[in-house]
Amino acid sequence: MTLPLHLTVNGQSVAEHVEPRTSLADFLRDRLRLTGTHLGCEMGVCGACLVLLDGKPVHGCLVLAVQAAGSEVQTIEGLAESGALADLQRAFHERNALQCGYCTPGMLITAHSLLETTPAPDRGEIRTALSGNFCRCTGYESIVDAIAVTIERRAEGAGA
Amino acid sequence: MSDRPAHIGQPHLRHNALRHLAGRGAYVSDLQLPRMLHAAFLRSPMAHGLITALDVEEARTAPGVVAVFTAAELNARCKSWTSGLGHFAGMVSVPQNILAEREVLWAGHPVAMVVARSRAEAEDACERILLDLDELEPVSGVDEVLLPGAPLAADGLESNLCFRTELKTEGVAQAFARAAHVVEGDYAFGRHTPVTLEPRAVVADYTPSSGQLTVHHGTQTPYQFQDIYARQFGLPDHKVRVIAPDVGGSFGMKLHLYNEEMAAVAATLILHRPVRFVADRLESFVSDIHAREHHVRARMALDADGTILAMDVEDRTPIGAFSAYPRTSVVEGNQSIRLMGAPYRMPDYRGELKVLFQNKVQASQYRAVGHPIACQVTEALVDQAAALLNIDPWEIRARNVVPDDAYPCTSPTGYQFEKLSHEKSLRLLREMIDYDGLRRDQAELRNAGIHRGIGLATFVEITNPGAAFYGVGGARISAQDGAVVRLTPGGEVHCAISVTEQGQGTETIMAQIVADQLGVNPDQVKVTTGDTDTTPSGGAAWACRGAGIGGETALRAGRKLARRIAEIAGAVLQADPDTLALRDGAVVDAATGVERLTLAEVGRIATYRPETLPAGTDNSLSVAQHFAPTGYPFGFTNGVQAALVEVDVETGMVRLLKHWVVEDCGRIINPLLVDEQIRGGVVQGLGPALFEECLYDENGQLQNGSLADYLVPMACEMPDIIIGHVETPTEDTILGAKGVGEAGTAAAGAAVMNAVNDALSPFGARLMQTPMTPARILAALCVGQG
Ligand code: FES
Ligand code: FES
Repeated sequence: MTLPLHLTVNGQSVAEHVEPRTSLADFLRDRLRLTGTHLGCEMGVCGACLVLLDGKPVHGCLVLAVQAAGSEVQTIEGLAESGALADLQRAFHERNALQCGYCTPGMLITAHSLLETTPAPDRGEIRTALSGNFCRCTGYESIVDAIAVTIERRAEGAGA
Repeated sequence: MSDRPAHIGQPHLRHNALRHLAGRGAYVSDLQLPRMLHAAFLRSPMAHGLITALDVEEARTAPGVVAVFTAAELNARCKSWTSGLGHFAGMVSVPQNILAEREVLWAGHPVAMVVARSRAEAEDACERILLDLDELEPVSGVDEVLLPGAPLAADGLESNLCFRTELKTEGVAQAFARAAHVVEGDYAFGRHTPVTLEPRAVVADYTPSSGQLTVHHGTQTPYQFQDIYARQFGLPDHKVRVIAPDVGGSFGMKLHLYNEEMAAVAATLILHRPVRFVADRLESFVSDIHAREHHVRARMALDADGTILAMDVEDRTPIGAFSAYPRTSVVEGNQSIRLMGAPYRMPDYRGELKVLFQNKVQASQYRAVGHPIACQVTEALVDQAAALLNIDPWEIRARNVVPDDAYPCTSPTGYQFEKLSHEKSLRLLREMIDYDGLRRDQAELRNAGIHRGIGLATFVEITNPGAAFYGVGGARISAQDGAVVRLTPGGEVHCAISVTEQGQGTETIMAQIVADQLGVNPDQVKVTTGDTDTTPSGGAAWACRGAGIGGETALRAGRKLARRIAEIAGAVLQADPDTLALRDGAVVDAATGVERLTLAEVGRIATYRPETLPAGTDNSLSVAQHFAPTGYPFGFTNGVQAALVEVDVETGMVRLLKHWVVEDCGRIINPLLVDEQIRGGVVQGLGPALFEECLYDENGQLQNGSLADYLVPMACEMPDIIIGHVETPTEDTILGAKGVGEAGTAAAGAAVMNAVNDALSPFGARLMQTPMTPARILAALCVGQG
């Protein structure tokens, strides 16, 4: 059995039929081939699958595709192309805040949401905000540094 | 030739990181091929048992199912494999097959394979398979598994002993007899597992018309798997192509042979369609290798003024019901007993190793193989000795490390050290951490009821392994690497090399090295890796060999091409090639630096106008170079780590306040990437020291096999890590680089354990078991005060 599904993904309207049990992450990856959304645990603890659902970060592995009906979904691909992440991406690159890259889309989405909601988080707050994002490669410090530098640069930019 | 290393040593950024930052990584788990099928496995629910009934008929007719395989169909396609290395005399392990035939050996052992249109349908069909097992008593203990009459982990074994060895110097008994002091302990290390964020993934694709098998495989060692697939399935190796694109973490876990990958290959050979298997996280916990369960009884003998005389170590390490293939599960224990005491001037030693079978997931090599065990045991004993003799922990290390001017030298376990820098490293660390200041703060805070601890750990790391590691034991595991470097017709450079990239920055450092040989920018060097059809065969990534061995390969290939370019340019310019050099993208006069011919012009002439070259000029702008390490069997590195922790003695919680590493990895090719290798490695050492443990019950059932239950280090718990360097290049190579990938993991646990015990010292409490969970810390405090 499949159900019709209408939603907006990265600004484009999508009409598909899906099985009710299909997760949003599987739908994005397998059907729309937006493979930048990753799967690391499929139980909401690793953060590899984060996407924005109507502007808020959600775990693509926990949300069913049908639950996103009528909503606006933004994935790493859409956010990257829109330029919304440009300064974070630059800081991650300069600071080498990724190795294998598998956690990176989720890290960027967490960082993006943190910076939208908290004006000037300190290192401790950045670490706390990342507490739902598992990275096995970096040891986290470079990621914290990259986010901290982006905050500084945005503050300078705003002041300038 | 280019004469200035303009790029080696610079913090160049990783180009391939940009794709990941845009969500454009290309992992095996992302791959979809036309007509691709999905695999799921029915696994044994019991740790040990005999199959009495297996009925797959109902599954065969389930929606979406294309095939259901049991051992009868799949094992027949593939030769069985048996783990062993010639230099581990007396080692035993039973032969392995893709699916369990009669006996299941661990909870999770694959019994049947379903191949369907989708993974969900394959999983649904697994539920329709009927499996009956007669339970056998599982082997799950340590010492008791060797008692007479103990149940055996697998049919065909005569005992649960996989391997035993003993190393012994002549004077060890005497050293203990004349020692003024002996410190000792029983140290236990919890089994843990690598937990790469991308699980294991494979897409196997066989085309019968061409006889070509292509396996897209998330691995760090594609050539090793090319060889395994060719031999086990009876194919010529040039008809087997293994492609390892982006890999979402590997750390040694993805170089072992697993039943599921072999099953995917067998299935595509039968079905002639691509077959995909991607482990879900629950499957990862019961099928990825586990690592490093050790039970160590150790003693250290010292003279009256705190000079280390000898160590005596017994290490028992359980591994699962068989030894892993093709590297064996013995290497871990072998390195553990050989690295004991390695930083110290210690004349005598006895080490005994017993590798034991159990009915649990196979355990084998994981980042820093054996190092954390040797380091933690040695460094714990050194701290115990310091406390007993009332010597400062830094001071006792400074007195006992092998002096920097005493090289070359050989350890009592037979390791040959070319040149290490323990004294320099200890001095640098002392400065970096303001040791005296930390001790003053610690004393003050103690009066205020705040319990901080400072822990030190010196270490030695094995890198740049030659054939002594596996090759001499008969394993088809390459210690050499190969590169093909070419100048393109447009004057740019391409380097295809056998070492692989899992995010360490392999491609970036190879570009830097080649760029320096050819006088170009690293941006002009495209590096490709991870495809057995398009790169020369080599060892790829294991045991910290990428920079040292792969880098030297790239360097020599680059020099060969530089010479060729100079010869072609010399022919064009009617100049002696020896008077020419390569700089800034051009052939220049070596003496004056005056540009003579651009590389683009060399590329054009050699490619499109070779007839204009004098007769006999070799216009080959592609050169191949292989390199196998010679000289020392291994390129050892060294360093020292320090941890600052705060222990809440009410709750047993440990807070990691700061961590420091001084590391000597020889010539540093890229300081940015080196530091991040160290940081990532440290955190992989801190995890098992504090959180990570695969908990089994007495029935051999894994109790915490999910990412919600198995605790990994997260950002909020990890400290900032400060890094310092000493640079002692190896003289075995032109490049002088050694490895660095495992240094962080080697000693982080030892440093933090010593720090926790330092914090607990006023209470007379001491932990000798990792992970140091709050419950264990509180229990130690009870004993200390009891
Ligand atoms: S895959 Fe969704 S949180 Fe891990
Ligand atoms: S970079 Fe590999 S998991 Fe974070």
